[in-house]
Amino acid sequence: MASLEEEFTLSSAVLSAGSEGLLGVEQSSKTDQFLVTDNGRTVILYKVSDQKPLGSWSVKQGQIITCPAVCNFQTGEYIVVHDNKVLRIWNNEDVNLDKVFKATLSAEVYRILSVQGTEPLVLFKEGAVRGLEALLAEPQQKIETVISDEEVIKWTKFFIVFRHPVLIFITEKHGNYFAYVQMFNSRVLSKYTLLFGQDENSIIESFTASVDRKFISLMSLSTDGCIYETLIPIRPTDPEKNQSLVRSLLFKAVVSGNTRHGVGVTVLDQDHIAVLGSPLAASKECLSVWNIKFQTLQTSKELPQGTSGQLWYYGENLFMLHGRSLTVIPYKCEVSSLASALGKLKHSQDPGTHVVPHFVNWETPQECGLGAQNSEQSRRILRRRKIEVSLQPEVPPSKQLLSTIMKDSEKHIEVELRKFLAIKQTPDFHTVIGDTVTGLLERCKAEPSFYPRNCLMQLTQTHVLSYSLCPYLMEIALQKKDVQLLQLCLQHFPDIPELVTCACLKIFLSIADDSLQETDVNMESVFDCSNSVHDEKMEEQTGILQNGFNPVEDECNKCDQELNEEPQAKTKETTSCPVIPKRAALLNAILHSAYSETFLLPHLKDIPAQHITLFLKYLYFLYLKCSENATLTLPGIHPPTLNQIMDWICLLLDANFTVVVMMPEAKRLLINLYKLVKSQISVYSELNKIEVSFRELQKLNQEKNNRGLYSIEVLELF
Amino acid sequence: MGEFKVHRVRFFNYVPSAIRCVAYNNQSNRLAVSRTDGTVEIYNLSANYFQEKFFPGHESRATEALCWAEGQRLFSAGLNGEIIEYDLQALNIKYAMDAFGGPIWSMAASPSDSQLLVGCEDGSVKLFQITPDKIQFERNFDRQKSRILSLSWHPSGTHIAAGSIDYISVFDVKSGSAVHKMIVDRQYMGVSKRKCIVWGVAFLSDGTVISVDSAGKVQFWDSATGTLVKSHLIANADVQSIAVANQEDSFVVGTAEGTVFHFQLVPVTSNSSEKQWVRTKPFQHHTHDVRTVAHSPTSLISGGTDTHLVIRPLMEKVEVKNYDAALRKITFPHRRLISCSRKRHLLLFQFAHHLELWRLGSTVATGKNGDTLPLSKNADHLLYLKTKGPENIICSCISPCGSWIAYSTASRFFLYRLNYEHDNINLKRVSKMPAFLRSALQILFSEDSTKLFVASNQGALHIVQLSGGSFKHLHAFQPQSGTVEAMCLLAVSPDGNWLAASGTSAGVHVYNVKQLKVRIGFHACIPLCHVLPQVFEYSIPDKHYTDWSRTVQKHGFHHLWLQRDTPITHISFHPKRPMHILLHDAYMFCIIDKSLPLPNDKTLLYNPFPPTNESDVQRRTAHAFKISKIYKPLLFMDLLDERTLVAVERPLDDIIAQLPPPIKKKKFGT
Repeated sequence: MASLEEEFTLSSAVLSAGSEGLLGVEQSSKTDQFLVTDNGRTVILYKVSDQKPLGSWSVKQGQIITCPAVCNFQTGEYIVVHDNKVLRIWNNEDVNLDKVFKATLSAEVYRILSVQGTEPLVLFKEGAVRGLEALLAEPQQKIETVISDEEVIKWTKFFIVFRHPVLIFITEKHGNYFAYVQMFNSRVLSKYTLLFGQDENSIIESFTASVDRKFISLMSLSTDGCIYETLIPIRPTDPEKNQSLVRSLLFKAVVSGNTRHGVGVTVLDQDHIAVLGSPLAASKECLSVWNIKFQTLQTSKELPQGTSGQLWYYGENLFMLHGRSLTVIPYKCEVSSLASALGKLKHSQDPGTHVVPHFVNWETPQECGLGAQNSEQSRRILRRRKIEVSLQPEVPPSKQLLSTIMKDSEKHIEVELRKFLAIKQTPDFHTVIGDTVTGLLERCKAEPSFYPRNCLMQLTQTHVLSYSLCPYLMEIALQKKDVQLLQLCLQHFPDIPELVTCACLKIFLSIADDSLQETDVNMESVFDCSNSVHDEKMEEQTGILQNGFNPVEDECNKCDQELNEEPQAKTKETTSCPVIPKRAALLNAILHSAYSETFLLPHLKDIPAQHITLFLKYLYFLYLKCSENATLTLPGIHPPTLNQIMDWICLLLDANFTVVVMMPEAKRLLINLYKLVKSQISVYSELNKIEVSFRELQKLNQEKNNRGLYSIEVLELF
Repeated sequence: MGEFKVHRVRFFNYVPSAIRCVAYNNQSNRLAVSRTDGTVEIYNLSANYFQEKFFPGHESRATEALCWAEGQRLFSAGLNGEIIEYDLQALNIKYAMDAFGGPIWSMAASPSDSQLLVGCEDGSVKLFQITPDKIQFERNFDRQKSRILSLSWHPSGTHIAAGSIDYISVFDVKSGSAVHKMIVDRQYMGVSKRKCIVWGVAFLSDGTVISVDSAGKVQFWDSATGTLVKSHLIANADVQSIAVANQEDSFVVGTAEGTVFHFQLVPVTSNSSEKQWVRTKPFQHHTHDVRTVAHSPTSLISGGTDTHLVIRPLMEKVEVKNYDAALRKITFPHRRLISCSRKRHLLLFQFAHHLELWRLGSTVATGKNGDTLPLSKNADHLLYLKTKGPENIICSCISPCGSWIAYSTASRFFLYRLNYEHDNINLKRVSKMPAFLRSALQILFSEDSTKLFVASNQGALHIVQLSGGSFKHLHAFQPQSGTVEAMCLLAVSPDGNWLAASGTSAGVHVYNVKQLKVRIGFHACIPLCHVLPQVFEYSIPDKHYTDWSRTVQKHGFHHLWLQRDTPITHISFHPKRPMHILLHDAYMFCIIDKSLPLPNDKTLLYNPFPPTNESDVQRRTAHAFKISKIYKPLLFMDLLDERTLVAVERPLDDIIAQLPPPIKKKKFGT
């Protein structure tokens, strides 16, 4: 919709504009800067956004500028003509126009024309056209006469059509108008006679032109207040022949015909023109913007102080002389839609709708994320529509899924989710999964009975979720004591806080055996311990370590022996798994999870003492299993490593040492652990000894390679 | 090809002397290197870094400064107080001139190349005018308190910066007076050291003076105001050297810790015109002090106590990523230090001031490839021959029969006769050498040991007849009139009829020894194989390159052969195996069998593993180049007889073991 914005004044006093107005307003090489030439001696460079002049140049007293200053876009210099024949070229640094480059031409100049991307052209009053470069090379060159006597150039404009400069100028002779189109590249000049059609006796007041693909559309405002359009072909069919063109009426009676002041017209864009002049009824002058297509007045602005009838339009700014000051009115034409024309409809959110939190998935490109946001908006609309419209087949599965979540039954959601997961890798897969989980969890929060366990498990297994994405997921699983889901989370989430890990551990240790039996826990990290009952005991292992190392007999060793005297059954107990396999699998998940000691330790203190002992017993059992084979690993697909086991033993003891020491049932365990450490130390000290011997061997090997100062060798060349 | 018995010799106890100065000549792309024993070597960087010229050292002539002036003229100055100019054509010292200022520590040629500046022990800076054939003392600048350790000209030639102990002076060249005195901070990490020695200064055209000092600092001074602009602490030990690129957009410093730092002038932010000096790259190619650095347009060159000359190409300046972009470490001289007597299995080792004669051991055992055979007799050290006088030995040779040893210093020529009586050796010097045999650049005995060929540094070739215990001067081939080009390579045909000599300009002259006349002189030949990885063979009787050589040129060498980056240092033939050519460089040796087809680019040039089975033998196409890389670094290799090779290796570890201990650096965990 076309609109005129608030006007502002560039200058009031500086310009010595007479009643006949300004000579011209031209663009400079910088956007937002314009050259204003007044009718006397001065050229001023304005910066429109700052509303202030940047520079001002005047010719000497007695000289008069006859052609508006233009900018040579190729060099950034300014060109002006004074006294019809004297050409001046200067740039921003120059202060005095007298001292700048000067060229006196042999003929009178009508106008200099300059557009972006080509060299300026000089149009002489006799109709001849020269390029500036060519002219400057030989300023006194002969300029031919193109138009006939008494024919006067009225108006001119310079276009670039398909990268070719095209010049059009209109002449008048005894009330007849002629259009000349000069193809500057092909040097073809075509002449057209403009015919008036029905109204023969009107005088054309103002011209403007826009260029189409093949035609220059010349618009003229006549004294009868009508705007006429004439289409002039750019490529003449027959350049030799004088052709006539008929004009057609575009608007009728836009301005009153008998104004005191001049009228002006300029083309704004394809569909809009701006007209300066008094409307029919009102006496005050007015700037109005008309839509050509719909023949409607879009907007208008009153200019009570009167204008000179001149109007320039450059880069969204309309320039005119309002009263005695140069006024700029910014013009905007935004794409309008029927909706905005008919009445504005706001996308206000109804307060009941919950806003789905946005999240950015860094794995998918940024554009994708933006797209997701947009689609989300439309999704919301869709969701609203679903209330009245039933399921539409063309709705994408992800949207369908999201809508299902909000209201359908658990079973239905599960089916939908499975459908969606089957399609899988859509570009917004991550975002949709995120949305789905958030949606499900929102609903869980709202309806305590709603717990779509299978869906949550499936979603967790997609590997795209993380703890930070849906913290409530584990919270709800902890509430529901859903160990299976917790195990999955522990396996798949990379960023579980220690607090939650510890809460999981608590549940895994406290949950009753029979309730565990019912669950379906992933058992792959647990080896079948029923087969691996070994009779080998720790005591026997320490017995082997006699070579070169005699552990110091101390108090504890004695108590060992005391304990050793206890029945065999007890030691056997330590080698059989202290927990049922399902619990072992859960605990293994804990062992595998990532943690930071400092954050984990305080939470470990909260675990009840008997659970600590149970876990320690299990860890001790794992350790024994580990040390059974040479590689110090456990059998199974994804067993806990020795380091993990040892770290957790240390952590548990660190956190709960006083508690464990005070517990009578843990005493035996502690002693076993102590022995374990001692045996480890001795093993490693033995290994150290072996390392020394090996180093010697290596040294020997090196010496063998180092053959000394002289040797005779056999070499065969192949 | 067959089996060889290889005498693998590691008892050549050669330690190169430390590098003191390097000077890069941009015009000819040559590098002059001076060592602490006074030796000066010239490397041609455009010709595969070949050491093409060499001036023997002198005990009293420790060079402290080296510079090129007037294009191709080379000057050195040292602690004996003399300025020396070298004659690069005749390969001798043109003149030595005392500067009368005590030991000279620094020297710099003016940007206009017409003046030479030396900094002396007594604190004087002396200006010399370079005349076409000499230098002439012009005047002294204001005398300073202590020795002038470093000098640098402003590129306009109007000012100089002189680094001394604890301060840097800026002199006005016109008046000779000190304009500014910039005191260097003695403090080093809060501890006051006794003295701060300014080891190097560089004057940039914008007036900035860069100094490096013993406190480990690189400092930027404004010479107009005499103020410190910026300071970089880069080392815990001395920073001993600095070199600036011609464009003044980068410079390099070397520290006593063996590290070389590259500084570059880079924009503060991208697209900004404001630039600042930033330490960009550290290189640790040295174990000991980096005494000197140079900055060629494409590489950083450094040398120091650990005797390596390291040329580190700047990857951003190298256009093609080929072997030219590889790091070069040159440790050993490219001239021959070892000669061998085939008949008696003797090796003569040449050191700076003595010769050693060794007899190789023997074995009766045989073995298969890779075996080390038990020795029935170990190698014997037969002789230790010390030179008289302070001059270094230039060249030495033992005759194939083992009964003559000849060597030469810069001013004297020595010839010894050896008599073998059972295990005893009797050494007798042949006295009364003729006056013209004063100094030799290269000595060679004919195959039958009856003739001695001496290339003197005046370009003349002398032929001496040896018989019994006496000698007779037969003839002297004078160089072509007008040239004084010194011959540095000699070769004689097995029958003793032909003598080929090659000088520094890569031409080869062949002389007929029997008729005593110059037979032919042709250019662009055998020495090229030192430089380019090419081999040429010339048939003297037919007066043209042999068919094989033409075939090789037409066929082209294997691409891997052409990419080798070390110059071939020795070529040898055995008279009984005319089809074989033995050549070697520091890392490999190669026996070219001319009877076999040449390898093309698809065949495997080097395969260290023996063929395992029949199919392998067939698959592996036999080609002419038999390469082995077992022995390295290889200083010398020759055929003793058809089936026996002698290889002299000098392991780098043994050299390092003889160097002074490096500065101990704190390393993690030690």
